[in-house]
Amino acid sequence: MSLMAEMGQKAFDLGVPVSVHMDVTYRCNERCVHCYLDHDDHGEMTTAEIKGVLHQLADAGVFFLTLSGGEPFMRRDFFELVEHACRLQFNVKVKTNGVMIHEAEAQKLRALGIHSVQISVYSHRPEVHDAITKLPHSFERTIRAVGFLRDQGLRVSIANVLMNANLSDHDGTQRLAAEMGVHYTLDPTITPMMDGSTSVLALRIPGEELEEIFRNPALVPNQEEFCAPPKQPTAGDLEGYSCSAGHSFCYISPYGDVFPCVQFPLPSGNLRQQTFRDIWNLSPQLQEVRSIQAKHLTVCSSCSHVGTCSRCPGLAYMEGSMRGPSTADCEKSFYRTGVPTANMLRQGLSKPRTVPLVQIRPLAASA
Amino acid sequence: MSETYIARSPAIAARLLAGEMMVMNSADSTFFTLNEVATAIWQAADGSTPLDEIVREQVCGQFNVSLQQAQADAEQFVAELSTHGILLVSDHPLASEALL
Repeated sequence: MSLMAEMGQKAFDLGVPVSVHMDVTYRCNERCVHCYLDHDDHGEMTTAEIKGVLHQLADAGVFFLTLSGGEPFMRRDFFELVEHACRLQFNVKVKTNGVMIHEAEAQKLRALGIHSVQISVYSHRPEVHDAITKLPHSFERTIRAVGFLRDQGLRVSIANVLMNANLSDHDGTQRLAAEMGVHYTLDPTITPMMDGSTSVLALRIPGEELEEIFRNPALVPNQEEFCAPPKQPTAGDLEGYSCSAGHSFCYISPYGDVFPCVQFPLPSGNLRQQTFRDIWNLSPQLQEVRSIQAKHLTVCSSCSHVGTCSRCPGLAYMEGSMRGPSTADCEKSFYRTGVPTANMLRQGLSKPRTVPLVQIRPLAASA
Repeated sequence: MSETYIARSPAIAARLLAGEMMVMNSADSTFFTLNEVATAIWQAADGSTPLDEIVREQVCGQFNVSLQQAQADAEQFVAELSTHGILLVSDHPLASEALL
């Protein structure tokens, strides 16, 4: 185990929120076809409020801080917030579409001492990328930003969300990342919109396509281990937890709402009404999330994949119960190994069936 | 003999986790954890307090260690972290960027 993994485990065991993802705005200059956000401003936290929250996060022990959106550069004070975060000695990662980043912005980010930048790129073909973002010439501007940031010596990664519209482009996008000397990550997860609309789910790639992705050595180098049939679950597996959501990680929205994860829309408190420490320590919702071990899962506790599945409790929650299965992860486990999951078996399915997910609205938006 | 002053570099991330200081250099992702003694020196590295005084007050004052041993350990620690750009070292007072 690496030193960083050791510290991550220590934070998990002690219940220290070592990592936080904060969206500073939901506004965006792109209108991506798969985006789940409501881009209107319903009362974002002010500069002073966010700075105050950053102080609270530092006091609570947060080390890894991801600043994202929406498009975070839509905030005129974004550099001021990044500077404040760096002065508070967070390890800062910025997620952006890069459209507003030119050489001067890249230099400034470098000078402030951020750790890394993740940029969304949907294809190596400009027409495919621009059709997804609905912003003409966005590919050109985004790729130029990748170059500016890389030239500053910043750690840059291209994040490629995979959907029907760009299904055949991941090889080309990965090659583009390699040619530019930056990292590449692929994510096939599409979630429902915040207004409850599930129309974007039609953009999801068919489950069968996952098999091809998992068998692609360029994407999954350790094929044999990754695609091996699951081993008999151990007692330790059943004592385990799904992930760090609510244990050592949480998500904060532009309105100050706190959630266990960016993909776990369970409102757990609001920073305009309570301190971060109170929410983290006392929120009944976070306490419930923390209480759930694999042995408590209604279906997954009897599944052969329980020890190796990437089960996301947030997706399970959106599917109806945080203790239930996440069918999207059942799909991954099945297409990764060829072994049916308990969720499939109980329904008599030979292939996983996609189910609708419900995106719960945050506190401020539903008030 | 001139004094040595140490300051935390502004381009690093740092946080205390259960008595151990996690430190990461953004430039090269070098990740360290500091033990209690090293953490005490790190926290006192304000750029204006001489290293001798930090060792006397923060190390010998709080931990059961001789001045000579503490001084040698501190010099080794400072040398190592300065090679990674995590601590700035000078023979005159420095401005420390760190707020915490």
